[in-house]
Amino acid sequence: MSKTATFERGIHPKYHKELASAKSITQANLPQRIVVPVSQHIGAPAKPTVNIGDEVKRGQVIGATTGFVSSPIHSSISGKVIAIADFPTSAGRMVQSIVIESDGKDEAVEFKEHADYMNLSADEIKTLIKDAGIVGMGGAAFPTNVKLSPPKEKTIDTVIINGAECEPYLTADHRLMVERPREVVEGLKIIMKSLGVKEGHIGIEVNKPDAIKAMESAVSGESNIKIWPLEIKYPQGAEKMLIKAVKGREVPSKGLPMDVGVVVQNVGTALAVYEAVRFGKPLIERVVTVTGNGIKEPKNMMVRIGTLMSDVIEQCGGLVEGAVKVISGGPMMGFAQWTLDVPVVKGTSGILVLAEDEFVSTDQYSACIRCGSCIDVCPMGLNPSILSIYAEKGFYEDAKANNLFDCFECGSCAYVCPAKRPMVQFIRLAKSQVKP
Amino acid sequence: MATEAKAHELVVSVSPHVRGKETVARIMWTVNLSLFPAFLMSVYYFGPRAAFVTGLCILSAVLSEHFYQTSLKKKSSIGDGSAFLTGLLLGLNLPASVPFYIPIVGSLIAIVITKLLFGGLGYNVFNPALIGRAFLLISFPKLMTIWTEPTAQFVAMDAKTTATPLGILKEEGMAKLIEIFGDKADLYTSLLMGNRAGSLGETSVIALLIGAALLLYRGYITWHIPVSFIATVGVMAWAFGGNSGLFSGDPIIHLLSGGLILGAFFMATDYVTCPSIRKGQIIFGIGCGAITMMIRLKGGFPEGVMFAVLLMNCFAPLIDRGVKSKMFGAVKVKKEQKK
Repeated sequence: MSKTATFERGIHPKYHKELASAKSITQANLPQRIVVPVSQHIGAPAKPTVNIGDEVKRGQVIGATTGFVSSPIHSSISGKVIAIADFPTSAGRMVQSIVIESDGKDEAVEFKEHADYMNLSADEIKTLIKDAGIVGMGGAAFPTNVKLSPPKEKTIDTVIINGAECEPYLTADHRLMVERPREVVEGLKIIMKSLGVKEGHIGIEVNKPDAIKAMESAVSGESNIKIWPLEIKYPQGAEKMLIKAVKGREVPSKGLPMDVGVVVQNVGTALAVYEAVRFGKPLIERVVTVTGNGIKEPKNMMVRIGTLMSDVIEQCGGLVEGAVKVISGGPMMGFAQWTLDVPVVKGTSGILVLAEDEFVSTDQYSACIRCGSCIDVCPMGLNPSILSIYAEKGFYEDAKANNLFDCFECGSCAYVCPAKRPMVQFIRLAKSQVKP
Repeated sequence: MATEAKAHELVVSVSPHVRGKETVARIMWTVNLSLFPAFLMSVYYFGPRAAFVTGLCILSAVLSEHFYQTSLKKKSSIGDGSAFLTGLLLGLNLPASVPFYIPIVGSLIAIVITKLLFGGLGYNVFNPALIGRAFLLISFPKLMTIWTEPTAQFVAMDAKTTATPLGILKEEGMAKLIEIFGDKADLYTSLLMGNRAGSLGETSVIALLIGAALLLYRGYITWHIPVSFIATVGVMAWAFGGNSGLFSGDPIIHLLSGGLILGAFFMATDYVTCPSIRKGQIIFGIGCGAITMMIRLKGGFPEGVMFAVLLMNCFAPLIDRGVKSKMFGAVKVKKEQKK
């Protein structure tokens, strides 16, 4: 294996991947009820196209796009719409959601297959991706078709599939690469085709040797796709860090990957793209890692979009005595939940339950002692220490002048801070008080 | 259901939800530990009096912090080990012969005036122990420059006084210094081991380096300040420290004597009062080294580490402001703007 690629700085948290990394993906039970928020993505929310009382089938559109940067939503079960109202979501906000009660039949609408999918035009592919409601499944949930439609002046020459999965605990992408490598590669090829790109890369942290092996054999014969073993380091899976590791290119400050000719897509997204284009299947289910010492049986499950977290947790044996924190996503960037009655959405990569032994209280923090640890780890080369001090004192403009908006809140600074300062909280506070 | 019953007990906070194991207390107590070899050597060379002076410094530092904070109805922060460290460092920077009130006054100045009145740990501008020592040196110049001879047997002999190597170097020159210690090799060995007059903790270079190695290994300090500080002293001593023109000085004498090793590894690296950006730390270290040598060679004092570090402490915030670490993606933005 060649030398592993990586970026500068970053941290080495405990990964705890062993809890779920060997667990094959299992199909979650058909939920009795789903709650589908109209906004699961970045951009304009979808507009409900069904009314209370309507019968819907699996795969049927229940919310339509309302702008270019938007994404439709589909029902993941068959049944009856029983409510359209605001419900809590895993990101902490109340969002209009469509509630569907299952009829237990799980009838599907007819999906349009394309056996000759590699002969489709770029526009046809993008339309299929858009209609399938595909968004980035690594967590940010940016509509994929928009990412695949860069403005004309940007020349894209590279597609990178993000299999780094640098968030501790999470193993969803890992399992997909082990179990369905061929489909992920087909998804990549479709994405490359839609962008007219000849060069494909797949970056995988070396803590997933089985995934690297499976992907290596899946791309044998594909001379223009390369597997990149990446150093185990957080946040290796951040787009900018991944591009730096694989292509050596630095996305400019306040820029996007397309500014350096690269489009990055997550492993799960690549699979969803393949299923949408090949089988006409909309994004109605995804792999969710349910893990942590606070869950009885850690699992990787294929869960229908809209299934409540409480339902998923129940299928993993429930919470252990003394479970203190439930997180949607990973421990570094995920959202802590106040209720478990929130739905799994397109961007939900994991449900992490921390037990007391994994829990760190952050109530007590002290003044910054300027040790510089945060500066040494910040992948963006910022000075988080001074940002947190400015934010704490209300000097938001000074924080902005110190490149506040280049921070993508990976949390590395907070992880290493010996004074246990809530760095990300300070930085978000400052961001909310000044215009970018 | 069990799941629901649990839900209301869930903790909600901003990410990240896991944290590293480093704490301020862990760092400070490790630094205290790293100074233990130097403390032990001070007792070996200067007898029980060394332990008394250092112990009194620590006790007064910890008690003054505790009572200052509790009297203001604040939470006492003595558990974080930083007051202990200030006391320890002050003690290691004093001569063995000082009367009992010197450690007490020094600790009060260090803790109350230099640290707590500025807002406590994290807010002080100057290194507390060094301000404590500077205050003592200026207020009690006689008492602070009576150096007892090392005895090398854990006992205090009749306090015979002598001059420090740097003092001899300044007043009587290199030849005299070598004569006192026998030959050059003996001189170097004595300096390395700590068998010479000086402040309690500064004399044993070897003990200090053992402690410094621990800090470097743990990543609590980096090479930037010590190396740039020591290298600057070495180069300047070589260039300007000799009697026969440029580059005729003996850098080794300057490196091994005075408070350089203690200062470079344990005082100048104080997080709060040094720059936090590594590039800036090199500037800081060079500044410390240059001022040290200016004082040693041209100033009124034989030793200049303390004033050098304190002077550079003033510049730490300015250095941090002026030196920016390279930001990810910054270069390309500049190029684009030029177009």
